[in-house]
Amino acid sequence: MSSNGATPAIVVDGLTKHFDEVQAVRGVDFEVAPGEVFGFLGPNGAGKTTTINMLCTLAKPTSGAATVAGHDVVSERDDVRRNIGLVFQDPTLDNYLSGEENLKLHAELYGLQRDLVKPRMREVLEMVGLWERKDSPAGTYSGGMRRRLEIARGMMHSPRVLFLDEPTIGLDPQTRRSIWTYIRELKEREEITIFMTTHYMDEAEWCDRIAIMDHGEIVALDAPDRLKAEVGKDRVTIHTEDDGAAIAALKERFGIEAMMAEGAVTFGVPGGEEFVPRLFAGLGVPIEGVSVHRPTLDDVFMSYTGTTIRDAEEDAAKNRNRMMMQMMHGARR
Amino acid sequence: MSAATTAVERPGAQAPPVRVHVPPHSIASELRAIRIVWRRDLIRFKADRIRIAATFVQPLLFLFVLGSGLQQLSSAGTHGVNLKTFIYPGILCISVMFTAMFSAASIVWDREFGFLREMMVAPVRRSSIVIGKCLGGATVACSQGVIMILLGPLVHVDYNVLLILGIFGLQLLLAFAITAFGVMIAIRIKQMQAFFGVMQMIVMPMFFISGALFPASGLPGWLTVLNRIDPLTYAVDPMRRLVFDHIHVSPVARHVLDPGVTWWGWHVPALLEAAVVLALGLLMMGIAIWEFSATE
Repeated sequence: MSSNGATPAIVVDGLTKHFDEVQAVRGVDFEVAPGEVFGFLGPNGAGKTTTINMLCTLAKPTSGAATVAGHDVVSERDDVRRNIGLVFQDPTLDNYLSGEENLKLHAELYGLQRDLVKPRMREVLEMVGLWERKDSPAGTYSGGMRRRLEIARGMMHSPRVLFLDEPTIGLDPQTRRSIWTYIRELKEREEITIFMTTHYMDEAEWCDRIAIMDHGEIVALDAPDRLKAEVGKDRVTIHTEDDGAAIAALKERFGIEAMMAEGAVTFGVPGGEEFVPRLFAGLGVPIEGVSVHRPTLDDVFMSYTGTTIRDAEEDAAKNRNRMMMQMMHGARR
Repeated sequence: MSAATTAVERPGAQAPPVRVHVPPHSIASELRAIRIVWRRDLIRFKADRIRIAATFVQPLLFLFVLGSGLQQLSSAGTHGVNLKTFIYPGILCISVMFTAMFSAASIVWDREFGFLREMMVAPVRRSSIVIGKCLGGATVACSQGVIMILLGPLVHVDYNVLLILGIFGLQLLLAFAITAFGVMIAIRIKQMQAFFGVMQMIVMPMFFISGALFPASGLPGWLTVLNRIDPLTYAVDPMRRLVFDHIHVSPVARHVLDPGVTWWGWHVPALLEAAVVLALGLLMMGIAIWEFSATE
């Protein structure tokens, strides 16, 4: 993958992780080139966080191997840790300490050169626009500011690879965009590889390459544009009076495999706009509404997994609920 | 959002970034980690006024309310010694004990609020984190203990340099041991309520059995056994000897109120008692390190 011939920032080879019966990650392989922004995209529970935890030495792989910044994540754990920065999904700041004290603590834990701590601290705080607020306790920061402080902290020791696990989860769209501006800018400024996970499709567009993960496996891996081009077809979504009949008719008359997603009939077809008039003329089922759009990452996700990311998450949630119910029933007995 | 503006205003945007690197770990880097974990406890303690007040109230209640209240009942048995004076050494012990427990609880707290992860992924030995925690808890507890030392004259124990140094030393030892014990428990426990439940279950009996509120001689057999097993006994007893060495009491009163701890009739020397506390503290810290290193 590393077309420029440099040593890859991350190499992953047949990595798996089992928790008791559950196979959270089922053998993933990929490489990330230095300086790349690499995204892991998938619904909650797809195994993204488990993978990132293994790469960050927070979890031991069940089998397979991985190197980060040239060091093995199991046998050279400390070397990996010295070379990576981490921003977790859940906040990990000390809310009683000020922004500056949080960074200072980090610098001490990582043993940074004393004379460089102050200038570096100022630099990363300015990078995320928090220099003016450095003396306030982190607990008084807004959600977006806290996340920015965590990014600054992750950058404090000039890591070679920065891991961001859902860096924008729980933030409003505007704050999410600003976080992304900071991340891109940071990447321009420092020679750093960024590995991130997200379940927001639109955020994956910020990545140089993305891997789509589903049920613990990578189902697609490429640049977002290339992935979209591969889908090739426009996505047509129709609302009809009888969805079942519409799907049957599509198959019978046009040879198109359609499916239900988010309460509508949807299918991919080349040249969607030209197809719509033929559809109205030939479907035989009354159509109430129609929309055509160019392929998005949602479509990419759908073409590889057969479901939209939102439906996949709802299913996962339903499964969790069902398990909870069973556990409660079991307990009652 | 001031995102765009701050990016533009940033001075020296074109200057090359300050490049730091993380050195391979060494004894010096581990000591630095221990120091910052220790310092964090102090910074947080200073910021937490309510906690200072809360851990301060309980010993005062025991000393002045219980002490004054029971005085009327016990004046015949204390041979002219004020009951408050008698229980003062015990109170010196429990005041650091409560604070040390609170300090250890911060590990559970850090886990709940995620900060523990920041320390877990740092390229330092887990033992450094545990050691820093134990020292931090001990220091915080001792600063609390100093206030109790200053209350001495109110219970007829006058200031004396040797006495104060001795009390401080014993408090430091006890605070360290209790923090180590708390950390050992806290590493296994994921929720705050559960932690305080366990603590309540262990600490209160330890306090009552230790002889902080009564002399450790002439007890019923079962209580004598429990008393000798209770680690706190070995902090309370030397503390009381130290205080009684510096106040004027009749030999009879001394004999009744400060009988000293015996093992099968042998008087355990104060230094050995202090060594027991230290050894237990180190042992529990060792277990805590081992547990902490085993977690992923």
